[in-house]
Amino acid sequence: MHELSIVMSIVEMAEEEARQRDARIAAVHLRLGLLSGVVKDALLSCYGMACAGTPLEGSELRIEEVPVEIFCAVCQAPRMLSSTQWFCCPECGTPSAAVVHGKELEVCALEIEE
Amino acid sequence: MSTPRLVEVRKNVLKQNDVIARALRDRFRHDGVFVVSLVSSPGAGKTAFLEKTLTLLRERYRVAALVGDLATENDAQRLARSQAPVKQITTGTLCHLEAAMVQGALEGWDTGKLDFLFIENVGNLVCPSSYDLGENLRLVLMSVTEGEDKPLKYPTIFNSADVAVITKMDLAVAVEFNEAAALANIQAVRPGMKVFKVSAKSGQGMEEYLNYLAACRAELNAAEQVESKS
Repeated sequence: MHELSIVMSIVEMAEEEARQRDARIAAVHLRLGLLSGVVKDALLSCYGMACAGTPLEGSELRIEEVPVEIFCAVCQAPRMLSSTQWFCCPECGTPSAAVVHGKELEVCALEIEE
Repeated sequence: MSTPRLVEVRKNVLKQNDVIARALRDRFRHDGVFVVSLVSSPGAGKTAFLEKTLTLLRERYRVAALVGDLATENDAQRLARSQAPVKQITTGTLCHLEAAMVQGALEGWDTGKLDFLFIENVGNLVCPSSYDLGENLRLVLMSVTEGEDKPLKYPTIFNSADVAVITKMDLAVAVEFNEAAALANIQAVRPGMKVFKVSAKSGQGMEEYLNYLAACRAELNAAEQVESKS
């Protein structure tokens, strides 16, 4: 379970932004890749706890899950995988380990109230 | 109060770890030390495999190891039998190593006097996958006793690793290990992944794996020399 320490980094990051902008943060938007090694539900369940007593108390964590996309060398195109257990192009079946998307773990936007 | 306004930010949550990992990788390259990390589930045989690796490599190279453990120093004591310098990183309740812990553990060590440094992560197939430790090569170990479907259950860690090592091959027959299925599962989650089949007990497969490490190190050092000349 490393989600709590990750959530605490997210809160710290958002707090810093709030301070700089002298604003209140209503929500934090996170992009979470399916290959990031971090579990969405675990993040959500510790977010409230991590926010307690900080300027982010009462804010929301909105998570957008990013599916895994590989680059297919045969099709010469990025392709979305339907399963992380099968790294093959869904069109032509060629195996590919070239991950284009799916490792994201980034705060992409903040909802602020000025 | 006004309605909230959406502001784009784009910040990598693990940036702090990644910055330290990058600094470590630069330091290792400058010092000419090749760094290998090991991840696996608890009990897959990381420590026995590492002890054998250190013992055999010590004959030809300067080697050392850092070993992450939740609570005990047992692993460091076992690894010390190889006569290589070993330092324990006790993580307490933390389920993985982070770059800052590696940096802290290396304080007072002259990595310029090493050819190989090994980092044994905490036994865990989930959490370590998110953290770059500045290593050059990440090995994921699975033992023949764990079941052939380990890669399918933990695709993220197999995807974050460079090489897979199947351990305890001396037990393969006894546990009716289906090698073809295991290899197919590894390739399904990480096409093209290099796989070594070893037994730290009998020594099977160790030579091939050690030659591979030596070749990787030589390749990296050659690239560094070309770069520093240009």
